[in-house]
This record gives sequence, structure tokens and C-alpha cells, in this order.
Amino acid sequence: MRKIKEFFIEKLILICGLASIFFVVLIFLFLLKEGLSVFITVSPFKFLFGKSWYPISEPAQLGILPLIMGSLLVTLGAAVISVPIGVGCAIYIAEVAPLKLKEILKASIELLVAIPSVVLGFIGMVTLVPLIKNVFHLPTGLTALSGSIMLAFMAMPTIVSIAEDALYSVPKNYKEGALALGATRWQMIWRVMLPAASSGIVAAIMLGIGRVIGETMAVMMITGNSAVLPKSILVPVRTLTATIAAEMGEAVVGSEHYFALFSIGIVLFIISFAINVTADLFLHKRQ
Amino acid sequence: MGKITTKNLNLWYGAFQAIKNINSTFAEKNITAIIGPSGCGKSTLLRVFNRMNDLIDGVRMTGEVLFDKENILEEAADLVVLRKKIGMVFQRPNPFPLSVYENIVFGQRIHADINKRSVLDEIVENSLKSVLLWDELKDKLKQSALRLSLEQKQRLCIARLIAVKPDVLLMDEPCSTLDPQATARVEELMRELKNNYTIIIVTHNMQQAARVSDDTGFMLLGELIEFGKTERLFTTPQDKRTEDYITGRYG
Repeated sequence: MRKIKEFFIEKLILICGLASIFFVVLIFLFLLKEGLSVFITVSPFKFLFGKSWYPISEPAQLGILPLIMGSLLVTLGAAVISVPIGVGCAIYIAEVAPLKLKEILKASIELLVAIPSVVLGFIGMVTLVPLIKNVFHLPTGLTALSGSIMLAFMAMPTIVSIAEDALYSVPKNYKEGALALGATRWQMIWRVMLPAASSGIVAAIMLGIGRVIGETMAVMMITGNSAVLPKSILVPVRTLTATIAAEMGEAVVGSEHYFALFSIGIVLFIISFAINVTADLFLHKRQ
Repeated sequence: MGKITTKNLNLWYGAFQAIKNINSTFAEKNITAIIGPSGCGKSTLLRVFNRMNDLIDGVRMTGEVLFDKENILEEAADLVVLRKKIGMVFQRPNPFPLSVYENIVFGQRIHADINKRSVLDEIVENSLKSVLLWDELKDKLKQSALRLSLEQKQRLCIARLIAVKPDVLLMDEPCSTLDPQATARVEELMRELKNNYTIIIVTHNMQQAARVSDDTGFMLLGELIEFGKTERLFTTPQDKRTEDYITGRYG
């Protein structure tokens, strides 16, 4: 009796395990099937590097370069803001902060993750967007920069918690060795801890960026949604994610436009996948 | 007059007294061994000399520790200068995750004395030669120090110290992770270093203390039970507890 029970439980767990793989494969196949259909009418090169995105004009122009550039610009901006602050914060929590403050900081950073992106987007819309408009004297505050700043808030918790983890797991005897040679605390952090934790910190940055590039709601609300090749960070842009979210409802099922949106999905998938694999490589290098 | 002298030294971890009223003198250019069973406070005593205990919360000390006639327990003591003069070799070899070269010049980089390539190269060569690693490693200076053998790592850690020209070398069970042959070679190295440095070594290995040291102190439960010439202490211990320990009755 006991053996039969064991047998069934074992098989049940096996099915659960296989199910997750099965669904991922299904989703991926569906994405490929729908997405690749667009290349019957548009060449992949023209799709990726075409400069205009007019999906409902006649004939439709399906170049996603403005969208890719929009995503890259917003992401890059977010990285420039969140990486120094995030890594700095991680160093402070791991090495400098007194125990009590450390607990408070960690808890509040975890709280930052809990804010839904639509709420962040909304807050950004009513506070940050007018501010950017006034500070830079722009016709509109709905710009790539606004998106970058808001997304930096979303990347920061990931960067801080993973980088802090990496710094925390630097062996204590490295620190002692440095201090015993007469290093100051800052010299110890800069010359020993950061190199020792570097792969973990890179992974933290990659995962933070991964989160940013896949984010949809907040960017859609505050980046202005104009599918034009951005000339600076102070103009409205449209990201890959926002394009899918905004246009999927209107696209006629089975139309070129519809397939093109799925192709954008493939592009996003490849970007996220590449970022996650890189992060993984660095995380494993650490162990 | 010794290099380091302790006067009525007491140390508490919170409510626990780890060092009880120690008075001792560590002679210059000598090897002094501190022996005793685990938890007797010998490592703690060693870490008083470069103030490494400061890293632990709730440590309190009273008394004096004179290093070249200055009390290093004073609030105003400059720990950076102190630790430059009194270096430490740890139980587990702890080279930094950098290249062999960068490990040795680490001290120069942080103390910003010199930054000229040729001078640094010379320091690396001399330091490695003084720990007898130069021939083994001269072609591997760019290699990560983490890929060396345990013995090489420990020698490298000693070389890293020598590069900052300290006066005193504190060694906290420096051979406990090494095999007998490597231990013998490191001991040989210690005898050689004695000509230029004052060495204080903590060990639970009595034979090692007997082999390398000039003076030996025996500690038990935070007290310094007996202190004297190594030969004398091991042949005619004056305290019953020392005799019991060195004859292997406990520890």
C-alpha cells in the first residue's frame, strides 16, 4: 500500500515538473508561429532596421527600429540612474549601515518591489512628468527621461538585493586580510570586496535591466508613445512592450499588423533571454 | 625592553572575560610562541596587538599594550599606521581574489607610497624571494592567487605583509591547514624571517612551538600561566598546569 502511494506521488510530481516545460514550449511555439508569419511579406532586415512604424497605413510600414531604439534608450537611461545608486545602496547596507538601519533599509527596498507598476506610472504621470516639462522647458514632459527615472525605481530593488547578497557572501577573511594590512574601510570595499563580488554585481545589474526592458505599464503611461526614432532623451518615445500592449486590441486577427506585433514579442523574448542567460553565467561563475 | 609589552591587560566579549590580567614582554627579533588549548584566549591576545578585535561588537579592554613605548590601546591610536607596522598571517591563507602581483603590491596601493612600475616590480621580486616563492612564481605573476596551492597561498600572504615592511609579524596558527612537509618549510622560513622581524605565533601544536620559538607563553582560560625561554618551559615547567598540558594530560 505504502509503495503504491509513493509511486503515485512520485509520478504526480513528475507531471507537475514536465507541465511547466510543456507550457513554456507551447507558448514559445505559438509565438514563433504567429510572429514568423510577418516575414512572408516583410524581410527580417527591413523589419528590424526599418525606420518607420505605420502599421495601419496602406501599404503598412513595419519597421521596428524606432521601437527598439525607444526601448534601448529608456533602458539605458534607467541603468545609468539605477546602477550607481543601487550598487552604492548595496555597499552601504552590506558594509556600512548599523544593524538597525540595515534592517529598515532592506525592508523598505522590498516594499519598493511591492508597488504595482501602474501605480508607479500614475505617480510619475502626476509628479515627474510636469516637473520634467518645467525644468527642461519642453512642450511635453512625456519623455524617455521620465520613463528612465520611473523604471530606475523598478530596477533598483533587484539590483540592491542581489548585489547586497553578493557583497555579503564575500569571505570574511578577505576583509580581515585587507584591514590587517592597514587598509581603510573604503579601500577594503573598493579594492577587495568589489572585485570579489564583481560577478554577482554584474548579475544583479543584468537582472535589474531585464526587469526594466520587459516593463510595460509604467512606460506606456509616461513615455509619450510616439514611434519615431528618438534624437535625444528629452523627446517622447515608444518601447517594444508598450507597442504590443497599445495596439494588440486594435489589430485585426490574422492581419500583417497582428503578426508584426507577435514578431515584436519574439524580439523581446530574445533580448530578455539573452540578458537572463548572461546574468546566469555570471551568477554561476561566482559559485 | 621588549618590542611589545602588555600591562594588566584584560579583555571582555560582552560579559565574558577572554583575557585576564596579562603581563608579558615580547622580545625584538625573536619568535615568541603562545600555546594553550582551544578557547584559552591565545588568538584573542594576538588580535589585541593589531586591534583586530575592534571589528567585533561589544569588545572592551583595560590595561596597556606598549608597542615601541606607545600605548596602542588608546582611542587616538592610528590603526592604519599600527596595522602597517604589525602585520598578521591568518589561520586560513587568505590571498585576495586578484593576481599574484596585485596581492603583493596591495599594501603599496593602499598606502600610496609608491606607484612607479619599476619600483613595484622590485618590491614584488624581493618579497617573493624572501618567502622563497620567486622561482616558482616569477612566470605566473599575472595568474590569480586563488589558483595556488595552500602552501604557496600562505607564503604569498607572508610576502604580501613583508612588502609593507612591518616590524612585527603576528601569525595565527599559520600552518594548521598545511601538510607536514609544507609546515616544515614554513617553519624554516620563520627562522629566516626572525633576523629582520619580531614574530609572535599562536599555535595549538606544541611541537611546533618547541621547534621554532625562542620564548613560549602558556595560556589557560584567559590567563597567562607561564612565560619564559622555550627550552626551559618545555623541560622544567614551573607550574603544575603547564606541565600537565605539555605532557598531554589535557588540551
